[in-house]
Amino acid sequence: MIKEERIKYLIIGNSAGGIGAAESIREVDKVGTITILSDEPYPAYSRPLISDYLAERRPLQRMLFRPPDFYEENNIQSIPGRKVTGLDIDEHNIQLVDGRAIIWEKLLLATGGSPIMPEITGIDLEGVFTFTTLDDAKEIDQFLNNYHRRKIRAVVIGGGLIGVSVTEALVKRGVDVTIIEMKDRILNTILDEEASALVETSLQQFGVEIITGQTVDKVTSYLSGAATGVTLDDSRPIPCEIVIVAIGVQPRTELVSNTGIKKKRGIIVDRHMTTSNSDVYACGDVAEAYDFVYGENRLTPIWPNAFIGGRVAGFNMAGVQTEYQGGTAMNSLKYFGLAIVSAGMVTPLDDSYEVISQIHDHVYKKIVLKDGLIVGLVFSGDIDKSGIIYNLMKDKVNIEDFKQTLVADDFGLVSLPEEIWKPGLAIPPSALACGISSVEQTEEVLVGE
Amino acid sequence: MRRVYFNEEACIGCHLCEIYCQLQHSQSRELIKVFKRESPHPLPRVRVEEKGPVSLSIRCQQCDEAPCVYACLTGALTRDAINEVVVLDEERCVGCWTCILVCPFGTIRRDVDQRKTVKCDLCQGEDVPICVINCPNEALVYKESS
Ligand SMILES: Cc1cc2nc3c(=O)[nH]c(=O)nc-3n(C[C@H](O)[C@H](O)[C@H](O)COP(=O)(O)OP(=O)(O)OC[C@H]3O[C@@H](n4cnc5c(N)ncnc54)[C@H](O)[C@@H]3O)c2cc1C
Repeated sequence: MIKEERIKYLIIGNSAGGIGAAESIREVDKVGTITILSDEPYPAYSRPLISDYLAERRPLQRMLFRPPDFYEENNIQSIPGRKVTGLDIDEHNIQLVDGRAIIWEKLLLATGGSPIMPEITGIDLEGVFTFTTLDDAKEIDQFLNNYHRRKIRAVVIGGGLIGVSVTEALVKRGVDVTIIEMKDRILNTILDEEASALVETSLQQFGVEIITGQTVDKVTSYLSGAATGVTLDDSRPIPCEIVIVAIGVQPRTELVSNTGIKKKRGIIVDRHMTTSNSDVYACGDVAEAYDFVYGENRLTPIWPNAFIGGRVAGFNMAGVQTEYQGGTAMNSLKYFGLAIVSAGMVTPLDDSYEVISQIHDHVYKKIVLKDGLIVGLVFSGDIDKSGIIYNLMKDKVNIEDFKQTLVADDFGLVSLPEEIWKPGLAIPPSALACGISSVEQTEEVLVGE
Repeated sequence: MRRVYFNEEACIGCHLCEIYCQLQHSQSRELIKVFKRESPHPLPRVRVEEKGPVSLSIRCQQCDEAPCVYACLTGALTRDAINEVVVLDEERCVGCWTCILVCPFGTIRRDVDQRKTVKCDLCQGEDVPICVINCPNEALVYKESS
């Protein structure tokens, strides 16, 4: 017989978005039942750290996003290792792979993304891996451990964030890596040309070979069932023992197909992270949420945006009206110790944008502007004050009058007009009026400011 | 919660807040050793910026909706449930520097050698943060905010 449970808040996806939501729900509703589901068999862990797992076998214990007693402490039911196979919006119910059904009042889809697999010959051979989960990292680790013969060679297909992350880990394990990138430079979606070149140089110094402007036509094998190389689109063969597919991730929207919930590439959400169905919310890599740089909904598949989106969704699910200020693509990279941060539009779309930059020694600073507002930034080397710039961008502060100082060596809060730094540092009137603690309640809480 | 606030009119840019902060967060707590020999080299969590006659003493303001806590990839930055201070669990920090990119005050520092973030903890264990105690001109005040 099928057992049916009733849950107030059901969260699919036990990662950045799911935890962000569970925490904010508990901040405002101490008793409503929360269940968090995942097809991964672990407590929430920091996904970016799978590189550290592979590089230095960082134990799961030190990858956990929250302390081990998190679920118990917050009275959250966690069902790990169970896939959700069906979603019925009208009936407010979901089905699990084991036949169980759960009825929910509010649902959050924080299902993330899944790796895109190219349709090429040999993609199912042994030795071909993806790199988005801890289990992926474990499988690659196993493979390396079992390979005793000689130097292992890897081909990484795709030079994006995940491709470069796995490359660094493999290099640290002594593997020879070749990256094949279809576009003309690696990390082309998150960095500008200059910063891409910096990473490229740094990877090359560690022996990584980078082939750009080419794709892999097939994975080849002269051993039964095991990959022994790849062939590029110009027929050039590259021998290797291991292939990592990292050409991108796509939002895991499969649960909402046939439900009428609006989606494009990702599930469309409004500024409350609500989908086109008012009882269903979405956040993180699966969602197309508001991007404050582009002024429209976009996929911004990064950890902080998933977490904040989840946090906003959670408040709204619990009835506390909260608006998502919006996110944008932003990344902090430190491959082989080279610090680079980037956010927003890193390469101007056309001539209507202005670029201010500075480059010397090991420092690179660039800001992209439009009509006096910052729309993008790339900093390398000296990144410590980049947060000030990021927030000027986010808060849409007009910087026309002092734009040159933003990339100066001695830039700091003090370079900005007093109206900007003073409210944050000086004693607020509420603290001066000692004893009287009147807090003005704003209608909507803005999260992510 | 109590926070450290700054009165620009009273700040003379003496940098004592930085020095005492560095001392406070050292192993030896011996001035000469801290500045010349101690390894790992302790870093101040306060920064003094100057421009002409204006000088600012800047540290983590323990933001209500703290962007660093929400951006932290590993869960190393959290808000302490009891005293509300934004604290770093050094064990869990991997030095990814994502927090730095979102800090509106640019006040989180990199300890590159340790691969860890360094930030103001309001001198946990002390009644009043050491920078406030040692400010010669009362430019720093430690006060309850709403
Ligand atoms: C190697 C690597 C490095 C990265 N580095 C960075 C970085 O430096 N900075 C950064 O900001 N971001 C980084 N990211 C991206 C970041 O990890 C993601 O943006 C983030 O994990 C998204 O969180 P999420 O909650 O949306 O989804 P996910 O973390 O993808 O979690 C979704 C969860 O839902 C589960 N799920 C999906 N469908 C179902 C179903 N039907 N039933 C049950 N469970 C389901 C999935 O198995 C998964 O556990 C990196 C990612 C990778 C892979």
